[in-house]
Amino acid sequence: MDVTYAYQKKRSEFGKQCLFSDKGPELIDNFASNKKFLHNYIIKDPVSRTTLCAPIQAEHHLNTTRAEYVNGAMNHVEGGWPKDVNTADEEQTKRYRRKVEKDEGFHHTVMQLCRNMENCILQNNAINIYQQYFSDVEPTPLVERSSARTVNVYQDQSIPTRPVTHISWSPDNQTKLAISHCDLTFQAKVPDQSTRSYIWQVERISSFLISENPNTPLHTLRPEHPIVCLEYNQKDPNSLVSGQFNGQVAVWDTRKGHEPVELSVIENSYRDPVHNVLWINSKSGTEWDTRKMSEPTETLILDISKEDQSMSNALGASCLEYETTIPTRFMVGTEQGKVISCNRKGKTPMEKMTFKFSAHFGPVLALQRNPAFLKNFLTVGDWTARIWSEDCRESSIMWTSFHRALLTDGAWSPTRFTYPNLLYRIFYHVLSRLSVFFTTRSDGILDVWDILQQQKQACLGVKVCDEPLRCLRTHEMGRLVAVGNQKGTTYLVEFSENLSMINKNDKMLLTAMFERESKREKILEARNREIRLKQRAKSSHMNLNMDEGGEGEVYQGIKKSEDGEIMFTDNNVVQAEAEFYLCIEQETKANLPPEEAEEEEEEGEDLQHDQLLDDTEGESPGSSAPSPEPDKDGKKKKGKGKGGKQKEK
Amino acid sequence: SNEVEETMKRIQSHKGVVGTIVVNSEGIPIKTTLDNTTTVQYAGLISSLADKARSVVRDLDPSNDLTFLRIRSKKHEIMVAPDKEFILIVVQSPTD
Repeated sequence: MDVTYAYQKKRSEFGKQCLFSDKGPELIDNFASNKKFLHNYIIKDPVSRTTLCAPIQAEHHLNTTRAEYVNGAMNHVEGGWPKDVNTADEEQTKRYRRKVEKDEGFHHTVMQLCRNMENCILQNNAINIYQQYFSDVEPTPLVERSSARTVNVYQDQSIPTRPVTHISWSPDNQTKLAISHCDLTFQAKVPDQSTRSYIWQVERISSFLISENPNTPLHTLRPEHPIVCLEYNQKDPNSLVSGQFNGQVAVWDTRKGHEPVELSVIENSYRDPVHNVLWINSKSGTEWDTRKMSEPTETLILDISKEDQSMSNALGASCLEYETTIPTRFMVGTEQGKVISCNRKGKTPMEKMTFKFSAHFGPVLALQRNPAFLKNFLTVGDWTARIWSEDCRESSIMWTSFHRALLTDGAWSPTRFTYPNLLYRIFYHVLSRLSVFFTTRSDGILDVWDILQQQKQACLGVKVCDEPLRCLRTHEMGRLVAVGNQKGTTYLVEFSENLSMINKNDKMLLTAMFERESKREKILEARNREIRLKQRAKSSHMNLNMDEGGEGEVYQGIKKSEDGEIMFTDNNVVQAEAEFYLCIEQETKANLPPEEAEEEEEEGEDLQHDQLLDDTEGESPGSSAPSPEPDKDGKKKKGKGKGGKQKEK
Repeated sequence: SNEVEETMKRIQSHKGVVGTIVVNSEGIPIKTTLDNTTTVQYAGLISSLADKARSVVRDLDPSNDLTFLRIRSKKHEIMVAPDKEFILIVVQSPTD
């Protein structure tokens, strides 16, 4: 289609001024709509439109210029002389002095002062008022209030900030901190998120901590995928191992630059982010053979079920614990809340996993042995922190109450015995308290627990920041703790003396406490076992009875009795059924006021409940009974009569 | 003034006393039994310390005032008797 308009103009009129005049609309061309084209298009439904109805706001950050402080000394030379007196001239100064002496007040004042002074002098001469009178009594430790203060803050250098996932102190007197940042939200891919992690330099001068430069990291690690956990090699202050978000494991050397020295091959690496990596005491120094990074030297698939091991059944491991003095054993905490104690030297996977503890309702976030009592360890997960003893498998020996906020990490206060530094002949008595452990919460509070002081609550809670705290690492000297939060900031917190200095009685008291709690647990365990045995004896007895009296079809544990009622043969199911009805009765009763009936029922029921649980635990893998609860809906209602019969027997 | 001299001499003669200094409010040592450098040092340092101590006491309780200040160190004890206009400083070493 071509719209053109032709007009004529005389040559003599070229360049003439144009005179415009109004003209009405003129139809030049028109096109009819062609409905056939509609078929090439479809109506877009839904159409997303965004609108913004908000006042325009702008965000500004402001930081005042930092004042530079310089320490300087000032020399006090004679000052105070009035202007007319020349200090160098002795005559003049003498004259001035004499003038002052002549002053009226001088005489009086000096006499007064001298009188007081003489008293004190004579006092001093008579007896040394500051001497220690009782030499056999040790100075009582001051009842100092526990306190903590934040010494330093390290920010995540990249934007957007990522949460801190792991912190590790370097082994050379702990002057460096390695912090790894990673956003662990499942399959989140925030664009522009940096993959870097940082090493910060922290200087230590006597008992003060001065940071060389809290604004720039000493060293940056630049991997391809973000690092989830990062550990220093305890023997070599320059090398680190890290677990990445994509499952690979890398070894770094801080002297060699920003790239990993060795990286594991993807085919042999894990399939999920590596949560925890540790160095172990072996010849090559790592659990992965550094000479050929193609595969790990040992793989242990965490599968608890006794059937064949397969990767599909494997439980995710969420944290690892390894104690260098017990080289063949290590412990793993799983995402399902169980803790498995493993033996490296076992031949079959079953042998390798020696004990299992059912620890928490959620993933086990922290797992650490007490540095002085190797048989006891601390686990942190869901809303509690628990202390376990290896001898008691059924439950923890001590535990905290359920908190309001999720606990994210925990650690014991490390112990360092007397530490002679032969070069300077200085003895550092830096002992830390054995009974102290720390936990971090998701509401930004760092709790310090001292089980010798109080078991019910933390002896000190420090609000470090508003964001949830993600991880925690104690400094070897015991007074400092590094905590990292969700925003990527790491705080160094220093504690007061009484939380880090050890008392002579501590070890004894703590041993006594642990023993007492373990004994208590063992007694409970024994009692539970007794009850279980009795129950089993009873149930096998009852099973026999039922078999004798029953007729009719038997299929899968259900059979018809003479009454025509359908019954389960398995005692567990029968009991559970009875209990179910009891519960329902109780619920209906709960709407009515009387409470005594409920209480009685409850007691009886609790006992039954325990027995039921113990029973099912003992028989779970091989049990052929279908899970009792959902099946009941389909079966005929029993009524309380059955429950009554049960109790008699 | 004679009395003053006598008293000062008496103080100086007590057992263990190393030196005595009288300093005025501007920090100028008026009378002293020590050498010049030491005197000047003591005068400057102690004046400011005594002032600070006094302000501490008065800050805690305005109706209170500093009467005496004793600084015990490993080697000596420095005793300071402050006043509005003058400060008397005596340095004594312990007798045991």
